[in-house]
Amino acid sequence: MTNPNNATISTVHTADFTSGHALQIPTLRILQDDGTIYPGATAPDLDQETALKMYHSMSFIRVLDERMLAAQRQGRISFYMQCLGEEAATVGSAAALDDKDMIMAQYREQGALRYRGFSLEQFMNQLFSNEKDLGKGRQMPVHYGSKDIYYMTISSPLGTQIPQAAGYAYAQKLRGLSNVTICYFGEGAASEGDFHAGLNMAAVHKAPVLFFCRNNGYAISTPANEQFKGDGIACRGVGYGMKAIRMDGADILAVYQATKMARDHAIATNEPVLLESIAYRLGAHSSSDDPSGYRSKEEEEQWRKNDPISRYRLWLIAKGWLDDAADKAQIEALRGEILDALKVAEKVAKPGIEHLISDVYAEPIPELERQLAELKQHIRKYPDAYPITSGRM
Amino acid sequence: MAKMNMLQAINNALDLAMAKDSTVVCFGEDVGHFGGVFRATSKLQEKYGKDRCFNTPLTEQGIAGFANGMAAQGMKPVAEIQFADYIFPAFDQIVNETAKFRYRSGNEFNVGGLVFRTPYGGGIAGGHYHSQSPEAYFAHTPGLKVIVPRDPYQAKGLLLASIASEDPVIFFEPKKLYRASTGEVPEEYYEIPLGVAEVMQEGKDVTVLAWGAQIEICQKAIEMAAAKGISCELIDLRSILPWDVDTVVKSVLKTGRLVINHEAPLTGGFAGEIAATIQQRCFLHLESPIARVCGLDTPYPLALEREYVADHLKTFEAIVASVQF
Repeated sequence: MTNPNNATISTVHTADFTSGHALQIPTLRILQDDGTIYPGATAPDLDQETALKMYHSMSFIRVLDERMLAAQRQGRISFYMQCLGEEAATVGSAAALDDKDMIMAQYREQGALRYRGFSLEQFMNQLFSNEKDLGKGRQMPVHYGSKDIYYMTISSPLGTQIPQAAGYAYAQKLRGLSNVTICYFGEGAASEGDFHAGLNMAAVHKAPVLFFCRNNGYAISTPANEQFKGDGIACRGVGYGMKAIRMDGADILAVYQATKMARDHAIATNEPVLLESIAYRLGAHSSSDDPSGYRSKEEEEQWRKNDPISRYRLWLIAKGWLDDAADKAQIEALRGEILDALKVAEKVAKPGIEHLISDVYAEPIPELERQLAELKQHIRKYPDAYPITSGRM
Repeated sequence: MAKMNMLQAINNALDLAMAKDSTVVCFGEDVGHFGGVFRATSKLQEKYGKDRCFNTPLTEQGIAGFANGMAAQGMKPVAEIQFADYIFPAFDQIVNETAKFRYRSGNEFNVGGLVFRTPYGGGIAGGHYHSQSPEAYFAHTPGLKVIVPRDPYQAKGLLLASIASEDPVIFFEPKKLYRASTGEVPEEYYEIPLGVAEVMQEGKDVTVLAWGAQIEICQKAIEMAAAKGISCELIDLRSILPWDVDTVVKSVLKTGRLVINHEAPLTGGFAGEIAATIQQRCFLHLESPIARVCGLDTPYPLALEREYVADHLKTFEAIVASVQF
């Protein structure tokens, strides 16, 4: 029924309220903690190459996060954000996509970026905001982006990418592309008005977008029970008229399977899908945060057992696809490679001063040219105060 | 050439842009079959289909975010915000996202194809929320272009140039002129360059600067001044960001006096930016203080609208005071 209000009209004659908790969405789990498949579950159809690429993307990010958080502590980079505990959510979902599906992320989705092929050097160049950074050193660390691998540049304002993903996917549809857009955000960002705007726009305009919520229990210090009262985020999708599913975000097979099916649905119908992944944010919110001020060690320890990597690793070993000793050696070697890349990237020069005004507009406007000329004159007068640029003009 | 009012000229521009380029898409609240509350998108859905001209849910931040996403994909969305007074829910999307898209990504991505069209300005008994002129908020945002046309010919040429622009544009349409302003408009495609002011009338005693519907008001004031023997040079700024500093400087170096008029409140209004720049560039040539004739620093009122507005009499008085200083 579309008139008068696109609502079901079936009549009752006594007041019958629907409970705010009437809809409870179950959590899909396929892989058990011991690396075996749940009875009655079926592992998704993954070939060995893909399965190992998923594993290596996760373990790469785990090692990178560890090393770069330390680099921040040493004052070598200004800021960092880990995705400890959530590696499977983003790698598993990215693996279920086509290489040309657009990824629009929040900031804790390094796993998806790595899976897409962002190189170690590219990570480092962005983190050190040097002249080889694709973003020309303008944004804070972890604000990655790359046109070549269809990974939209990240921005700090939360939730803004949600209606953008709806528009991007709508444009993909108009162009007749067989691609979807995946849009990642946290459960805190889902409280922004842009979440409402984006999901409603996507549903009404039939945009093939996968809204992927990483519900990790906290938005900085705010626990999820101070963020919303309903049954998580997934149930909201139903209110907007779209399919929704909840997965164990530490179970990469569940995430992969659900995302693959969601993508198939979006491609077939152009309808958006809402996916909610439950995985605990094991690390601090960022290098500027200390979680001991708002949650207990006991709580953290309890969730640490739900490690997405170790569970998947056991499955791969049991299948004979991964060799325990060779893997340990490879991870040790990776630590060395990362440290080497770090040392290289931190010595690369910062972007040239002309990049202060380029890309504000497609072509610099006259006022910007004037401001740059004035600035250069000033720097020439006080070269010691501006060591990054004064020697290179 | 055909006689058109401003709405017809805008509708004609959208029609031509959509015919020329299949990536141009129009959307907003009531924009679809109904053709917009002012009918600016009339018949476009009929002609180009529901995929390219459609209603959106009532959410300005959604419209702006959706437009950003489409433009990032490479299309050219022309998104309508029903009244400029209601652009503020989209302020975050426009200021933090649209404006910074190219810069923050190192030119990996951009939303250059996008235009926000929105009816703006007072003079229609619109009270607080159907009268505002918010251009100064956006003029403080690097990365945007901000345009205001004064008549149907300009509206069409500037809108087509905005759609063709590689930078995102906010296009403010003086709604008071939608039907009131008529004129001869070429039926074919043409563009008027962005960032360029127009000297509408040469003069030697004082430069009068305005944009949009205030041009008409300044013309009245100038006629009154002429009757008193004062020769005014009238400039239509057309583009608020980037603005054409050189044209204004050149004029003030000649006349030695400047009167700036805008509808928006005085404090923090764009006249302040112009006055500061001209004072710096033309200091030794100024014969009198730069005058600003603007709205009061109040919300836009209903009953006392006539008293509030920067009308021709207030402008005339400022011109006389400037010349007699």
